[in-house]
Amino acid sequence: MWPLIIIGGIVLVVIFALIGIYNALVRLRNQVDNAWSQIDVQLKRRHDLIPNLVETAKGYMQHERQTFESITQARSQAMGARTVEQASQAEGMLSDALSKFMLVVENYPELKANQNFLSLQEELTSTENKIAFARQGYNDQVLFYNNKIQMFPSNVVAGMFNFTKRDFFEIENAAEREVPKVSFS
Amino acid sequence: MWEQIRVNRRNSILLLGMMALALAGLGFVLGLAFGGPDGGFIGLIIATAVWLVLMLVSFAGGDQILLASSKAVPVTHDVHPQLFNVVEEMKIAANLPKMPKVYIINEMAPNAFATGRSPESASVAVTAGLLAKLNRDELQGVIAHEVSHIVNRDILFVTLAGVMLGSIVLLSQVFLRSMFYSSMGSSRRYSSRSSSNQGGGQIVMIVIALIAAILAPIMAQLLYFALSRRREYLADAGAVRLTRYPEGLASALEKIAGDRTPLEAANNVTAPMYISMPFKGRKAAHLHSTHPPIEERIRVLRNMSRGASFKDYSDSYSQTVGKASIVPPSAVKAAEPVELRGASAEAGRQESRHTQQRQAGDIMRKVGGFAFLTCDCGIKMKVPPNFKGDKVKCPRCGRISSVHGQ
Repeated sequence: MWPLIIIGGIVLVVIFALIGIYNALVRLRNQVDNAWSQIDVQLKRRHDLIPNLVETAKGYMQHERQTFESITQARSQAMGARTVEQASQAEGMLSDALSKFMLVVENYPELKANQNFLSLQEELTSTENKIAFARQGYNDQVLFYNNKIQMFPSNVVAGMFNFTKRDFFEIENAAEREVPKVSFS
Repeated sequence: MWEQIRVNRRNSILLLGMMALALAGLGFVLGLAFGGPDGGFIGLIIATAVWLVLMLVSFAGGDQILLASSKAVPVTHDVHPQLFNVVEEMKIAANLPKMPKVYIINEMAPNAFATGRSPESASVAVTAGLLAKLNRDELQGVIAHEVSHIVNRDILFVTLAGVMLGSIVLLSQVFLRSMFYSSMGSSRRYSSRSSSNQGGGQIVMIVIALIAAILAPIMAQLLYFALSRRREYLADAGAVRLTRYPEGLASALEKIAGDRTPLEAANNVTAPMYISMPFKGRKAAHLHSTHPPIEERIRVLRNMSRGASFKDYSDSYSQTVGKASIVPPSAVKAAEPVELRGASAEAGRQESRHTQQRQAGDIMRKVGGFAFLTCDCGIKMKVPPNFKGDKVKCPRCGRISSVHGQ
């Protein structure tokens, strides 16, 4: 009788441990997905900001049609991107176009004094930062998740239920690796 | 990074246990002093009851009480977009489950704190002076420091330890005051009792209780402060890990240290929550200060040149301070290469003291619900929230503008 109870107890403890590890893995995986979606949210926010920015700046900068065109074009390409590769390329182009635009703004002191433009500028700076921090946060989360599914004993459970490693968000262009700098002053 | 939470939790439980023991012992001794040999347990029960009541209150709305006692006002994105954006940036970087609530404190002294029970219900409060004095990078450093406190669960610890400290202070204050008044009012009762044999023991108990009532709050405070100093370093390390830019926090701390305005709305219990010691002027003894010397924190941050991971902070700490690291070894071991980044363009800008004061005033007015109007002639008007009517006349050109339809 006693051996049976002891064995039953051990089995119960193991089952509970497995459930705990499984739940922890699911939670981590969801956090990774959530961090990934944060990047999308911020990219979308940037797309939404651009028409306002262009509209406000146009009145002051009649001679910069080309700058506006490259921004608008990069934006529509980024919005129409189908694959991750296309998207990251188009977003990179958009970042470049925006930083060029911000350099040109330096020549228009009246625009820089415009209250509406100032607040748009703060929103844009912040969105660029948020995109960078969302990438950083995603990579942190992937690190925890990958560590968890490689370390004992959670790796056993991960193998049983097919939890696979996730990739880090790498930016190929070395210049892009820095937090996007949009200079204003 | 999250490994340190576990170490923190163990230390916190140890500390809270010690404070609980101090509270129980105090209750027991005071009970003995008041009610004779049987009074010990009654005292114990009363101490527990006081703690329980304070605990329930602080869990139900402790953060609200702290925020209200610091005169913090909740604000929306429109009042200060930059503050709101910076908080959201750090929320994203730290993967917090929810955006912390943002508060502004109506004071010129630059300071900030975070409170709440968990990352889901956290709040961040900054003073108007801080917003006016710091540039974007520096503000980001300060907010990252506060968000690190949230991630490390320091906010819960401060609440729990603060309640324990509050109970101990309350009990000993009640005892000391009742001793004072009873010795004035009914000294006859005590003298008649002391003539009997039993009373002799009572007198000894009262002396012991007096000593306990004076010492317990001091001991508890020392314990509380000792751990909060260590937490400040950890939060600095976490802030660098989040922003990848140690200079932002370093120069923010420098500006905060250089400011001599004391924070009116801070007290002994709330002091450890702030990013820097809120009491200026009076020189705090080393043991008694809740924060490590700010110059030391700045030196450690400025010495970080290779990367922004916990290991880099820890290396820089042992180099500058010359002591063993304060970062838990598990977090150092898990070090990953983390690159530093450059300053954003705004960093070099520095406004005059006068401009800063005017900006702080404007922030306070915005928090207070003032309407800001710009007349066509360029003059800016600030209309108080209790202004009656909806038209104002420009004092320079005489044009009429509408208050609400700006």
